[in-house]
Amino acid sequence: MSENLLDKVMLESGQPVNLCYQCRKCSAGCPMVDEFDFPPNMVMRMVQLGMKDELLKSKAIWMCVSCETCGSRCPNEIRIAPVMDSLRAQCLKEGVTPADAVTVALHTSFVESIKTFGRVHEATMLMKYKLKSKKYTSDLDVGLKLFLKGKIPIMPNKSKNVAKVKEIFKNAGF
Amino acid sequence: MGETYSYYPGCTSHSTAIEYIEASKAVIEALGIELKELPDWCCCGAASAHNLSSSLALGLSAFNVAEAQKVGADLVIPCAGCYGNLAQADYEMRNNEAERQRLEKEFDFTYDKKIKMLSLVDLLAHEELRPAIRDLVKKPLKGLKVVCYYGCAIVRPGAVTKVDDTENPLRIDSLMTDLGAEVIDWSCKVDCCGGDLGLTDAEKTTELVNKIVDYAVAAEADCLVTSCALCQANVDIRQQRLPILYFSELMAEAFQVGDRQRWWKKHFNNPANLF
Repeated sequence: MSENLLDKVMLESGQPVNLCYQCRKCSAGCPMVDEFDFPPNMVMRMVQLGMKDELLKSKAIWMCVSCETCGSRCPNEIRIAPVMDSLRAQCLKEGVTPADAVTVALHTSFVESIKTFGRVHEATMLMKYKLKSKKYTSDLDVGLKLFLKGKIPIMPNKSKNVAKVKEIFKNAGF
Repeated sequence: MGETYSYYPGCTSHSTAIEYIEASKAVIEALGIELKELPDWCCCGAASAHNLSSSLALGLSAFNVAEAQKVGADLVIPCAGCYGNLAQADYEMRNNEAERQRLEKEFDFTYDKKIKMLSLVDLLAHEELRPAIRDLVKKPLKGLKVVCYYGCAIVRPGAVTKVDDTENPLRIDSLMTDLGAEVIDWSCKVDCCGGDLGLTDAEKTTELVNKIVDYAVAAEADCLVTSCALCQANVDIRQQRLPILYFSELMAEAFQVGDRQRWWKKHFNNPANLF
């Protein structure tokens, strides 16, 4: 089905990926490019060529922080951040092992917190993230300082309409 | 003056950005503006929802836009990340017929295009408010050298944020000048601090933050001014060279309103010595 990748990504992201002509302005300004296995301009070319397996296994799709620098500078007005969203969703949907499990652990813990409380409860979200990512000791000093400064509340601040939030999750297939 | 807006606090309002919210509320009260909190607001999905599912991200944000329409007043959103998400959802409903119809059905409302999404910078650094702000300055920030750091979410994408210039935004700069501060031109106004990478990759975040702080120090700034809770947290936590202040904290200092001593203690780099 790799010949359909370009169409699928363009539909899901709403971005004219077919217009990319490899000026590389995106990669020149990307703050995360050193962490990518394929720089953003190459990701665009790989989408055009239908290189689905390589893309869904790539680190690049999980290292993009959606800062939108590339998109705001692209001469063809292609926003790459939504393109990355489409590729990430396909990676998860198709059961491909994500190249960066830690990032997925954070995002999963975060949305689970929203689903439970309607809003994020940092303390339980961070505990869940630590368990999922197995990064038990990283930044414990930062967490403790934030707690002592009153910035990580013990009690959750719940939405008054958690039922509606659960419905939004259900409608989105969660 | 005397205007009323609907208000979306966002999850950081009761956690990492407490001082930002308290300062902003003190300043808004001084300006005679009223905020009505959306009663049922939920998390916008932050960076996590769109990383996993675009439709979940759009659903969570669009719900809050629909709630604001019920209140019937432009929505003020202090957190830059929340603003980016809600403005994006509003943009989708404004421009994407199919998505609008789907969301109208999901939230049982008719999108009327009348409500605007406003970042706190849109509200407080508005051209029309400048005379009122200058009048409220009791203690001008004379001699305070600041660099203004806009980050990503209130700036890009330009089609959504309608910002003056995505490479060189100026609204916080003008506001700081009105407060009497000395605004220094510098190179990292719209650079990324790493965003949610602050939670997953301390090393890379420190690298990005150090570059930003290097430029601010080279420009001889006394402090860095931001409007984003995630920028503030990342840049404040990952270095020990420079205080990182919210723009509304400096407004409160110039207006001499609010419990500023309490806010300064919430910073990793305590800014108390600057005043």
